[in-house]
Amino acid sequence: MAEIQQKADSGGGGKKRAKKMSTKIDMTPMVDLAFLLLTFFMLTSTFSKPTVMELNMPAKIRDEREKTELKASNAFTVLLGGDNKIYYYDGLLDNNVKPDLKSSDFSADGIRKVLFERKQRNPNVVVMIKPDDTSTYKNMVDILDEMNITGQKKYALMEISTNDQDLIKGSGL
Amino acid sequence: MPKVKPHRTSPSLDMTPMVDLAFLLVTFFMLTAKFAPQEDVVVDTPASISEIRLPESHVMVISIDKDKRVFFGLDDAKVKEDLLATVGAKYSVGFTAEQAKRFTGLASFGVPVQQLPGLLNLSSEERQKASQPGVPIDSVNNQLIEWVTAAQRAEYKAFNKPAYIAIRGDGAADVPTVLKVIKLLQDKDINTFNLITDLEGKPVAGN
Repeated sequence: MAEIQQKADSGGGGKKRAKKMSTKIDMTPMVDLAFLLLTFFMLTSTFSKPTVMELNMPAKIRDEREKTELKASNAFTVLLGGDNKIYYYDGLLDNNVKPDLKSSDFSADGIRKVLFERKQRNPNVVVMIKPDDTSTYKNMVDILDEMNITGQKKYALMEISTNDQDLIKGSGL
Repeated sequence: MPKVKPHRTSPSLDMTPMVDLAFLLVTFFMLTAKFAPQEDVVVDTPASISEIRLPESHVMVISIDKDKRVFFGLDDAKVKEDLLATVGAKYSVGFTAEQAKRFTGLASFGVPVQQLPGLLNLSSEERQKASQPGVPIDSVNNQLIEWVTAAQRAEYKAFNKPAYIAIRGDGAADVPTVLKVIKLLQDKDINTFNLITDLEGKPVAGN
């Protein structure tokens, strides 16, 4: 490839000379292979390490007095349902207060927009994430990821209560 | 006046230094590359935008697959024999030296400790096919927490610091199992978890 073939000596009936072999060899295929291997090992060694997402859970509370009450105006609850569905409501769920439940999805215009708007209205908002038993681990990771994307600092992963489950069932969403 | 001849240079160039360098780098990357040991469990992790990389060493991985099975793995071969002896003694399961040696090469396992000697006797091809029911995590027979605490103790003894605990869940794994594992670890005052994910691009602002 990179070598030009020497013109063959076509002397015909000339003096018989010892054939002179060129000492140069064509290294191109070897270089090709070397760089192929180099690329392979470089890519496999640097990209093989998976990434991790940190999740901090609150320490166990040993004293009931350490608990702090969350104001209803600062509360925002996200419920994860089956079939990649998200439900959310403002404020706290009580026996006599039924908040307005809305549904959303994991698209960019879905829960992300809602979280951004909620945060703009009240920067002190605390998001409570309650995955339903039918939701998948992917949903959980996705919603935690949304927290990172929207820059939500205060959020908690909690267990879903029967009241929340009844709210989803009753809403018909 | 002589005819002006165009100066002819040979189009071939000396590639030797380039080849030298290329092979040097190939050798370097080949020697430093650490091949991932074969995993006995298929876990398809979900993606996140987090860019924190998993540390190179001292990693304890708890895998949860889509069938709610829990697998335990530790990458430090040095402490693994110690760990096996500790947990084996607790459940009065004896291991031969050969089995202990095989255990150090095992990336992860998902059987109760009573079945572990049987699993270790299998060849790696047979182990791939063998069905592993998962490490028991129910409250009457909670072996996972025994493995975790014994591993942390062994890590402390050997390296003076605890292992990095990572949870590798399948995207289709169910949340109750994952939360149960997290709760079990929280009972042992482990409150920081690292969920292994694939990297995905950050969404552009305004989207």
